[in-house]
Amino acid sequence: MTEAVVMGPLLIGLYVFVLAIFVGFEIITKIPPTLHTPLMSGANAISGITIVGALVAAQGADPNTSTLLGLFAIITATINVVGGFLVTDRMLRMFGKKKK
Amino acid sequence: MSFLVPTLYLLSAVLFILGLKGLTRVKSARRGNALASLAMLIAVLATLVEMGVVNYTFILIGLAVGGLVGAVAAVKVEMTSMPEMVALFNGSGGGASALVASSVLWGSVIEPGSGQTAVAVLAHAPGVTTVLSMLIGALTLSGSVVAYAKLAGKMSGNPILLPGRHVLNGLLLAGSLGLGVWAMFSVSDPATLSMVAVLVLVLSLILGVMLVIPIGGADMPVVISLLNSYSGLAASATGFVLQNNVLIISGALVGASGLILTQIMCVAMNRTLANVLFGGFGMEADAGATSGAAAEYGVVRSFSAEEAALVLENAESVMFVPGYGLAVAQAQHAVRELANQMEKRGTKVAYAIHPVAGRMPGHMNVLLAEADVPYEQLLEMDNANPEFRNTDVAIIVGANDVVNPAAEKAPGSPIYGMPVLEVWNAATVIMIKRSLSPGFAGIKNELFEYENTMMLFEDAKKAVQGIVTEMKEL
Repeated sequence: MTEAVVMGPLLIGLYVFVLAIFVGFEIITKIPPTLHTPLMSGANAISGITIVGALVAAQGADPNTSTLLGLFAIITATINVVGGFLVTDRMLRMFGKKKK
Repeated sequence: MSFLVPTLYLLSAVLFILGLKGLTRVKSARRGNALASLAMLIAVLATLVEMGVVNYTFILIGLAVGGLVGAVAAVKVEMTSMPEMVALFNGSGGGASALVASSVLWGSVIEPGSGQTAVAVLAHAPGVTTVLSMLIGALTLSGSVVAYAKLAGKMSGNPILLPGRHVLNGLLLAGSLGLGVWAMFSVSDPATLSMVAVLVLVLSLILGVMLVIPIGGADMPVVISLLNSYSGLAASATGFVLQNNVLIISGALVGASGLILTQIMCVAMNRTLANVLFGGFGMEADAGATSGAAAEYGVVRSFSAEEAALVLENAESVMFVPGYGLAVAQAQHAVRELANQMEKRGTKVAYAIHPVAGRMPGHMNVLLAEADVPYEQLLEMDNANPEFRNTDVAIIVGANDVVNPAAEKAPGSPIYGMPVLEVWNAATVIMIKRSLSPGFAGIKNELFEYENTMMLFEDAKKAVQGIVTEMKEL
């Protein structure tokens, strides 16, 4: 008698995590050294995805500990996202400039 | 509605991957970055839809403050200060993840005060990953702040080696992790749980500081790459807490990216990651057989800008070799001007870039791009080395260890085996350097004594500008 294997959220999460790591390795090994600094600041901005969790954490009107932690999470995550993408774009604009 | 939100998250994850893919080529890189920021916007919108109508006071304050600070920093930062900036952004990303995990712990477990343990409220997996997210996030934050202080010169770049630090770090790691996980399973009293959570955060912050202070200035490219990876892993851990796949995927992408860059940097220094993290390189070199030799130089020939200009006037090909000194002196525009002068005279100009030149991966490429140097002229080490034999003049601007022949010729040297730029194969080497002081490896560079080396003792920017002035008069 075989039981159907039902994957819990942890296991699904682990599958997603491991597969995404492989996708990351595949793509990033192809990035030329010239673009390594923009890659870093761009990847850095992507790690600001934690802003999604921060939004949930900061909802509500009561200034209790969890909401205040959420507020600081939004501030730091937004610095990361906005600053990271903007500065990456600033750098890449310089790379794209035409020769005079 | 139940269909819309997961679809948007999937779209966001796909766009993140396509965005990174865009970064594999200079031409598509800007669009790639735009795609990634679109992905972020979609993820944020999906979350807002999922949340429904809530009180937005703190959300709006947070977005406004963070957005303003981030935008101002991004617009104002000098390209030479990019490593410091990236270090700070890394830290804020890691800090945000730790804060989100902490907020979940307080909001779901501590504040309701139900008298149940965290794993009973959150389920096993999120309970444990909450600790991981707090640990990785907090150590990324404090480690990045120390890295920033070292890069910005606010503290000494020398390694700080505390006795017994490996044992201490092991205890800090085991302590914060063990204590955190134990508390998730066993502590049901809210007051005790909040005390333990604060303790876990404090121990993690101390661990982050301890991990970065023993690492010297020249090893910063490795550390920044590694902290980059950590900030991604912290986001992934937060994804497990919230059971949100977008966080897991994008965190994993950043984690992978940071790990690859770390690996590339280690290979470029011929060292293992363990050696960088635990070595305290500069100090060991001082204690080794080469100590004292740093100051002992035989015949070193010093030249003026005018003499350098005369040599350059007759050169058919030149290769610039930039290093950290170029960034410190902000000499990239002066170098470009000199290159323009040379190109006007029909000289072939190229740039040889060592992977660890500067303080972060690709640092030199960004500075030269800022000065309008066409990226086609930038040669990677493997392509540049065969070219030196056909090069009339190699001009070294603010680099030292990455052009040290000892790496190939002196088996006893601490840097022996590290891949270097073989500048000495050029007909003439012009070395622009403020003094004979050693580089970060703390060892002598015999290149200074070579017969085909001309030393120009001056600040990189002033020296290059001096040569430009002389060339215009020729």
